[in-house]
Amino acid sequence: MTFALFLQHLANALALGSLYALIAIGYTMVYGILRLINFAHGDIFMLGAYLAFYGVALFALPWWASLLLSLIFTALFGIGLERVAYRPLRDSPRISIMISAIGASFLLENLAVLVFGGRPKGVDVPALLNRVVQIGSVSVLSVSLLIPVCTLLILIVLMRVVNGTKTGMAMRAVSTDIETARLMGVDVDKVVSFTFGAGSLLAALGGILWSYKYPQLNPLMGMMPGIKCFIAAVIGGIGSIPGAVLGGFLMGFIEIMMVAFLPALSGYRDAFAFVLLIIVLLVKPTGLLGRNQAEKV
Amino acid sequence: MKNKRELLLTAGAVILAAIVVVLADSFMDSFTLRVFNLCAIYIVLALSLNLLLGFTGLFSLGHAGFMAVGAYVCALLTMSRDLKEMNFFLVPLVPWLMNISIPFLPALVIAGLVSAFVGFLIAAPVLRLKDDYLAIATLGFAEIIRVVITNLQSVTNGAQGLKGLPRYSSTYVVWIAAALTTLFIILLMRSSFGRAMKAVKQDEIAAEAMGINVFRVKVTSFTLSSFFAGVGGALLGHMITTIDPKMFTFTLTYNIILIVVLGGAGSVSGSVISAIVVTVLMELLRFLDEPMDLIFVKTSGLPGLRMVAFSIFLMVVIIYRQRGLMGDRELSWQSVGTALEAPRRWRAARAAKADAKSAGKKKAKEGRDA
Amino acid sequence: MMKRLALSLLSLAAVLLAAGCAAKTPTSVKIGVFEPITGANAGGGALEVEGVKLANELYPTVKVGDKEYPIELVISDNKSDKVEAANAAQRLVDKDKVQVVLGSWGSSLSMAAGPIVQKAQVPAIGLSCTNPLVTKGNEYYFRVCFIDPFQGTVMANYAFKELKAKKAVIIREVSNDYSVGLAKYFEDSFKKLTGNDGAILTELNYNTGDQDFSSQLTEVKKYSPDVIFAPGNFTESALLVKQARELGIKTPFLGGDTWETPEFIDVGKEAVEGIVFSTFFATEVPITDTSKIFLDAYRKKYNKEPAAVTALGFDGYLVARDAIQRAGTLDTTKIRDAINETKDFPGAAGVINFDENRDATKDAVIKVVKDGKFTYLTTVKP
Repeated sequence: MTFALFLQHLANALALGSLYALIAIGYTMVYGILRLINFAHGDIFMLGAYLAFYGVALFALPWWASLLLSLIFTALFGIGLERVAYRPLRDSPRISIMISAIGASFLLENLAVLVFGGRPKGVDVPALLNRVVQIGSVSVLSVSLLIPVCTLLILIVLMRVVNGTKTGMAMRAVSTDIETARLMGVDVDKVVSFTFGAGSLLAALGGILWSYKYPQLNPLMGMMPGIKCFIAAVIGGIGSIPGAVLGGFLMGFIEIMMVAFLPALSGYRDAFAFVLLIIVLLVKPTGLLGRNQAEKV
Repeated sequence: MKNKRELLLTAGAVILAAIVVVLADSFMDSFTLRVFNLCAIYIVLALSLNLLLGFTGLFSLGHAGFMAVGAYVCALLTMSRDLKEMNFFLVPLVPWLMNISIPFLPALVIAGLVSAFVGFLIAAPVLRLKDDYLAIATLGFAEIIRVVITNLQSVTNGAQGLKGLPRYSSTYVVWIAAALTTLFIILLMRSSFGRAMKAVKQDEIAAEAMGINVFRVKVTSFTLSSFFAGVGGALLGHMITTIDPKMFTFTLTYNIILIVVLGGAGSVSGSVISAIVVTVLMELLRFLDEPMDLIFVKTSGLPGLRMVAFSIFLMVVIIYRQRGLMGDRELSWQSVGTALEAPRRWRAARAAKADAKSAGKKKAKEGRDA
Repeated sequence: MMKRLALSLLSLAAVLLAAGCAAKTPTSVKIGVFEPITGANAGGGALEVEGVKLANELYPTVKVGDKEYPIELVISDNKSDKVEAANAAQRLVDKDKVQVVLGSWGSSLSMAAGPIVQKAQVPAIGLSCTNPLVTKGNEYYFRVCFIDPFQGTVMANYAFKELKAKKAVIIREVSNDYSVGLAKYFEDSFKKLTGNDGAILTELNYNTGDQDFSSQLTEVKKYSPDVIFAPGNFTESALLVKQARELGIKTPFLGGDTWETPEFIDVGKEAVEGIVFSTFFATEVPITDTSKIFLDAYRKKYNKEPAAVTALGFDGYLVARDAIQRAGTLDTTKIRDAINETKDFPGAAGVINFDENRDATKDAVIKVVKDGKFTYLTTVKP
C-alpha cells in the first residue's frame, strides 16, 4: 500500500471513528447511570435523523433550525422513553429491563416503518457540509472534518459538567451507588432523566451528522451503528465518557484498517467489530479506561 | 390417591394431544397444518431458550446463530448429490461434502450435536461475563456465525442459500420432537442438575458457596440449549425447504425471546402455551396490516401495524406483568382445577358476601329495633 | 371437576379442527399478491404491488368461458422473511384459494413459496426475481423477467464493447444472492470476452445495510480499472457511488436493475450522473402498445415515472389474466398450462415468451443516469 493510500484510509478511519465516538458517549452515559444497555439508543439516533429531515422537508425550516428542534424533541422523547419503559422496572431483575430495552427498540423500528414508510429517503445535505475537501492526496467530505471537532468539544463540555457541576456530581453519585445516592438526598429520578435527555440529544446529533455523511434514511439505519457504538463504549470502558470516545475512534480504526490490510476479508467487516468485542471482553472486561467494579455480596 | 388421579389425568391429556395431532394431520388444510406444525417447532425453540433464560438466568441473544448452524449442517447432510449440484451453481461445494447424503434422523441428531459443540466452544470464554456483556457477546457470536455463513460460498452457498431441502419435517416428526424436548426439559428440571441451575439463577454467589460448580452448570446449560436450538433450526429448515443466511438474524432471536417472556421465563408449560398462542396470533393478526373498516376510520392498509401491535404487547407484559403468563410456576392439574372451579367459587363468594351483608343489615336492624 | 375438564379439553380440540374446515364457492377470480410489504424489502415489494394494482384497475375482470368474473387481488405480506413467506404463500393457496400467485420481490422469498405452489398445483409468476433457482425444477413457477446469467452477460458485453474496458473491479453485496449471482456471471463473461483471466483486478464485498464503503473504495483506488461493476441493491449502491466520487474515483460504474428506483437518484444526486445499468424497461422507448397504456395510466395516477419492477408487476397480472381467459376454467392446473403456452404476449416491459425453464426471454434495456433522470441508452437482445 502506498503512503498516500494509507493516509486516505487513516482519514476515513478518523471520520468514521469520530461518528462512532459521538454516539458511544450517549450509550456510556446511560449505562453508567442505570447499568442498562439501551438497545433503543440506535433507534433514537434514527429518530433524530428523521425529525431533522422532516423539519426541512415538511416545514421548510433552515437546516440548522431543524437540527436544533430535532435535538430538543429527541431529548424529550428519550426522557419520555425512560419514564415509560425503564423507570417502572428499576427495581426488577436486570433481565426484565434488558428485555424492555430490546422491546422498545423493536417497537421504535416498527413504528418508524409504519409512520415514515420502509423506503429509504434521500437527505438534502446543506451545501456547506457536502463539499469534498482535498488535503494533499487525501479527500474528505467537509462534514467529516466537522464531526471530530464536535465530538471533542462535547467531550470537553461533558467532562466539565460531570466533574465540575453539582448535577455532574449527582450523576457520578448515582452511577456509583444508586441506593446511597438516594439516601444522601439526590433526586435520582431527575438525574436519570437528565442523563437520558443528554444521551438522547447526543444520539440525535450523531444521527443527524450521520445522515449528512451518509445521506440516506431508513427505519433500520440505527441498528448496526447502535450495536457497533455499544461495542465501542464497552471497549473504551463502559461508564467512562473519555473511554467511549477512545473506543469509538478505535472501532472506526479497526473496521477500516482491517479491510485496508486484508481486502479479501472485506465481506467480514461487520464480524471484525464483534471479534474485537469478544477479545476485549475476555482480556480486559472493564474496557481500556474502565474502572473495576467490585461485586458486592 | 390424588397422585394416582393426577397421573391418570396426565396420561389422558397426552393421549388426547396425540389424537389431536393425528386428526390434524389428516383433516387440516395445508395452511392451518403449517401453522400448527410451526407451533411445534417454536415449542422446541422456546424451550431451548427458556433453559438458558428462565432456568439458568443467562441472557443469551445468540440463539439464531445456533439455529443457523443446525439448519445448515442438517441440510448439507441430507441433500442428495444432484440437489447439491443444482444449488451450488455459482461456486461448487467442497468435495468432501458433495457425496454425503444420510437419512434425516441421524442428520438431525448430528446437527444438534454440532450446534452443541459450537455452543460449548462459545460458552467457555463468554460465560464468565455478566448479564449485559453476555447478551452482547452472544449477539456478537450469532452475527459472526451469520457473516461466516454468508461469505463461505463453497460450503454454504453463501447468499444464494439452499433450496429444495427434502421436506422431512412432517407433522409427526415435529410434534414428537416437541414432545421429547418437553419431556427432557421437565425431567432435567426435576433432577438435581435442574435444581443446581435454578440455584445459579437465584444467586450465583450463594450457589458457589454451597458447592455448586457454577461455571460448569452454566456451560452445560448453554451446550444443551444450543443442541435444541440446532435441532429446532434444522426442523425449521426442513419445513420451509429453503434456508439462507438472512433468515437467521437477531429478529428471529427476538421472536423467541418474545415467546419465552410472554409465557413466563422459567415455566415449561408457559413456554409451550406461549409458543402456540404467539404463532397462531402472528397469523391471525395479519388483518391488522390490511385495509380496515373501523366504522369511524377507514384505513387503506397500514403495513407494519401487526409488528407494532406485538411489540407493544411485549412492552406491556414486561412492564406490568414481568412474570409473563405463568411466571415460574407450572401448569398442574390443581391449577387447572382451580381455574375451572373459578366461576363456581366466584358465585359462591358473591352469595356469601350477600349473605354477610344481609346478615349485617339484619343485625343492624335488630340493633335499631332494640 | 373431571367433567368440566374433559369438556373443555374436548371443545378445545373441536375448535382446532373446526378451524381447518371451511368451503366457499368462487364468485370471483382471485390473484394472490405475494410481496414483502414490510421488512427489509418493503421498498421493492411496494413498487411491484403498485404495478399489479394499476393493472387490476385497468382490467378488473376476466372472461372465463362465457362468464365475466371480477378479479380480486389478495395481498399477502411475506414480511421479507422466509418463514413468513412460506406461511403467506400457504395462506394464499389454501385459505384464499387463489388461482394465480404473483411475486415475490426477492428470489429467496420466491424460493420459499416454490414447493408450496408446486404441491398445491397453483401457478406462480415471479415478477422481478432473477435467481435461476426460483424456476429450476419447479414447473409451477414462471417469471416475466430475464435471469441473472443473462443480465451479467449483458453488462459484461456493454463494458467490453461500448466502454472498451479491459480491466474491471467488482464490488458485491455479499449477503444478497442477486448481487453475488450477477457478479459471477459478469466475471465469467468479461474474462471470456477479454480473453484474459486476470481481467477482474479484484473483488470486494460489503453487507446489506452497510453505509460506509470508504475502506473498500480506497482499496479500489489502488488499481486503475476501466470500469467498476457494483450490482448491489439501490439502498447501498447510491451511497457507494457517492462515496466513490468523493474519494476522487472517476471510473464509470455499472449496475443492475435494482438501481432503477427513484430513491437511487434521490440519495445519490449528482454523484450518480453517468452510471449505467441494465433493466427490464424504458419509459422513453415504449416497447409495445401495452407499454403506452401502462405509462399513461401510471403517469396520470402517480404523476411520476414508474420503476421497472412496477411495469413487471403490471405484466405479471396481465399474463395471469390472459392465461385464465385462454384456459377457460378456474382449474389451476389448466391455468398453469395456459401460462406455459403464452406466446409473444405484449407486456409493458416487452414481449413475453417462456423458455423451457419458464423464464421469459426478453430484451434487456440499458439505461444511464443523465441530468438526474434515468435515460434510455440502448436495447440488448438475448
